[in-house]
Amino acid sequence: MEHIVIIGNGISGVTSARHIRKLSDKKITIISAETEHFFSRTALMYVYMGHMKFEHTKPYEDWFWKKNRIDLKFGFVSSIETKSKTIYFENNDSLQYDKLVIATGSKSNKFGWSGQDLKGVQGLYHKQDLDNLEVYAPNNKICKRAVIVGGGLIGIELAEMLNTRNIPVTFLVRESSFWNGVLPKGESEMINRHIKNHHIDLRLSTNLKEIISDENGKVKSVIIEETGEEIPCDFVGLTAGVSPNIDFLKNSDIETNRGILVNRYLETNIKDVFAIGDCAEQREVIGNRRPIEAVWYTGRMMGETLAQTICGNKLEYKPGHWFNSAKFFDIEYQTYGWVFAKLKEGHQHFHWKHNDDTKCITIEFHSETNVFLGINTFGIRMRHEVFDKWLTEKRTVDYVMQHLVEANFDPEFYKHFEREILSTYKNQLQTV
Amino acid sequence: MSNKLNYSMSLAKPDAQNLSMIQKIAVTLGVAGLFIMILALLNVDFPNKAIFLTLSLGLIIIGTVIFSRDAYLKKTEGIKNDGVWFKSISSKGILAWATGIILTGFYIVLYFYAELLGQGSNGEANTGVISLFDPLSQLLSGRPASQWFVYGTLYTVAILAFGYKFMLKYRHNRYEQLRTASVMFFQLGFAFLIPEFMARLNESPQYNLPYYDLKSMWPLNYYLFDSWSINGFLSSGNLGLLMLLFGVISIFVISPILTYKYGKRWYCSWVCGCGALAETAGDSFRQLSSKKLSAWKLERWLIHTVLVFSVIMTIAIIYSYLGNDPTKYWLTRTVFLISIGLFLTLVFALIMIFKRNELVKDARYGAIGFFVVIAALFTMHFTGTTDEIFLIKSSNLRSAYGLYIGSIFSGVIGTGFYPIFGNRVWCRFGCPMAAVLGMQQRLFSKFRITTNGGQCISCGNCSTYCEMGIDVRAYAQKGENIVRSSCVGCGICSAVCPRGVLKLENDSMKGRINPNEILLGNDVDLMDLVNQK
Repeated sequence: MEHIVIIGNGISGVTSARHIRKLSDKKITIISAETEHFFSRTALMYVYMGHMKFEHTKPYEDWFWKKNRIDLKFGFVSSIETKSKTIYFENNDSLQYDKLVIATGSKSNKFGWSGQDLKGVQGLYHKQDLDNLEVYAPNNKICKRAVIVGGGLIGIELAEMLNTRNIPVTFLVRESSFWNGVLPKGESEMINRHIKNHHIDLRLSTNLKEIISDENGKVKSVIIEETGEEIPCDFVGLTAGVSPNIDFLKNSDIETNRGILVNRYLETNIKDVFAIGDCAEQREVIGNRRPIEAVWYTGRMMGETLAQTICGNKLEYKPGHWFNSAKFFDIEYQTYGWVFAKLKEGHQHFHWKHNDDTKCITIEFHSETNVFLGINTFGIRMRHEVFDKWLTEKRTVDYVMQHLVEANFDPEFYKHFEREILSTYKNQLQTV
Repeated sequence: MSNKLNYSMSLAKPDAQNLSMIQKIAVTLGVAGLFIMILALLNVDFPNKAIFLTLSLGLIIIGTVIFSRDAYLKKTEGIKNDGVWFKSISSKGILAWATGIILTGFYIVLYFYAELLGQGSNGEANTGVISLFDPLSQLLSGRPASQWFVYGTLYTVAILAFGYKFMLKYRHNRYEQLRTASVMFFQLGFAFLIPEFMARLNESPQYNLPYYDLKSMWPLNYYLFDSWSINGFLSSGNLGLLMLLFGVISIFVISPILTYKYGKRWYCSWVCGCGALAETAGDSFRQLSSKKLSAWKLERWLIHTVLVFSVIMTIAIIYSYLGNDPTKYWLTRTVFLISIGLFLTLVFALIMIFKRNELVKDARYGAIGFFVVIAALFTMHFTGTTDEIFLIKSSNLRSAYGLYIGSIFSGVIGTGFYPIFGNRVWCRFGCPMAAVLGMQQRLFSKFRITTNGGQCISCGNCSTYCEMGIDVRAYAQKGENIVRSSCVGCGICSAVCPRGVLKLENDSMKGRINPNEILLGNDVDLMDLVNQK
């Protein structure tokens, strides 16, 4: 029986295992050094905040794996020898595979700051990060102030988490406005204000110079690059993005760049070795997508695609229209299609913001053809299916504005804003 | 709130440390109100009972109101689940166990030892805590209080006070607010005041109405067809007849229509009193329901067994109430049994013919099994094998049901165990009404929870906060709609979802159940392949 070995028990690896099992009787082994069972990484924040227990983050009950004959192996892979198809573990154990799927995900970026490896300095990605957070920032007595470095999705989540335990947070953001490499100005600035409303000490255009240690090798303070100011703190969260977790491949024959290089079939340069999820880097650009996408659903989709290939139906990875979502404290964010922070040539934006400063939308469209290209929506839920359809049908922005109510996905009895949005649109653009 | 995981069993660090000063004062006020009742329970004879009762209930309400305002209004609008699993009361800690034990004890005393509460027997005046409620009862119905009046008052106060708290907690969510306002209204008006006014009416010799919460439908209201109840209706003129008629129409006409259009939520989380308590006072315990597959299995067998029990019991009760002589009244025992038999056969046949494929194996076996049992009992009756329908005297069946289901299951376990098993234990495992509505919701209703394409990140907030123990995430992460008989449509899964994935809605029957994995974002060829079975 063919032995499929999957390194990594995150969403990508687990999805591929589940689908391989659905399609075949192959022997499947999933290796992880993080946790015994699959859990939802995106939910770690809710464990710290007390919304959930760690048990709740597991999408499948523990008996699921045995029942579906998916073997779980707890261990840290130190190297791979592709010639003999052998995996070596840190404890000198080894394992043979027929086909290998690498789905090791990401690790937090560290940019060589002085003091970045001190105690109490960490990212937020792995289960172990959550455990360490409980050691260094369990409450506001042990952690009198926390500093977060890096204004992205993980940074703002970490700020929200620490805030629930009444730990004062200083949030250092390199950019002049939160996440403005992704969000257009109006949205980014609304989120700045929302962050400050939660009593976060938000420092824009501010860089970290170094992290200072106390006598026990624990963080004592940070120094700001621009002003030289020293901020005393007991915890530093490094949240300046993530990068593929592939250090263990250094001495292997598997070709890597920032991530593991794969073609559209998710194959690496070595036969029978595949890479999916955060750790994979596409050789060939797919639409506007980045070559490395550390996104939950792309990992899942790659797992589904690869399962087909492994089970004899060779299939290209073809993601559909871009979409994503996040939550900034109390404000939900969804995006469908492409809205760029900096307007592309020949494109135009329409922006509407509600007076209460917690809801807004931005629509990007083509100036000449009026074709709708994408929407960012804050504080109003939208229906994925509808936008997916509109994007495929290449609807015009006028059509989208007139039919916006069909895309509303807010709970029943919620106040609707379509009329207000439409009248703002008419006033601004005079095209309808 | 202590900040360590699973810290809640600790005695050394009680939650009070994390309460604000205002919250501490609010708790003190509430406890003072309860203390007055405890003094009354210990037979302290208060001089002016009306004042002390007002003071007691008032302090409890004011305490809850102040606490809620301090807890929620000082924060921005949004989901307020911070520290739920760190607090002793909401994570099965020491406070939860203590509350559970006290509540359970209260229910046992209430149902079986009312004299301990001061219920006067043989026409004697009430004493103890029941006598404290005499002034209010006199005011409303003109009679002294009973243990049920005390219970009803406390029940209503709990729903009103905690309903207010719930509305502040979800002040950004109009669905939750309207739903809560609705249950508060139905509890205060229909469940509490109207039955008291019915008692007023009964002062006139023309009326002999059973005190009856009009919105409480059979089979939840299992005594609707008891002989005293039927006699009461029939001896109360047109009003009595109208009410009996309303009771029957509710079951066979109103409920099926509303359930078809809106799902069972129209009742379970907008009207029902059991649901009202669960959603308000029980809100802090919703996350405790078990999401295990084994719990779901137990739920399906248990709730449908209770339903069959209640159907059999009711048939037996009505049967023994009716006569055999068709010249006296058209509805004789034989006519009744044949029509019930036809009705049940029809329902069974329709489900088996049209919805067979939507039932999983054990549901089919269960349905066939229950049907065979009822059919066999009917046959035995008509072939003269037994005098008693269903082998046992109907009054025995009735009292067994009242004791085991009505009192122990719905009261002692259903509410007493809130802090341990969650707030919807009765609704999930026991309520026959929920079973009937659920069957219809699963097979014949427009209601569903729609999953928003491929946005789910499997975080599990929805499953954690589902009071009915539905593993919502299992559906959402596959892009499936959630169509489950147990769903009471509380809307919390949708509220707590951080990615806007879930929406409760009524839409066409077509395509409502989509057991295929249709995650958007994938290209179409792949999805076709994934869905090949």
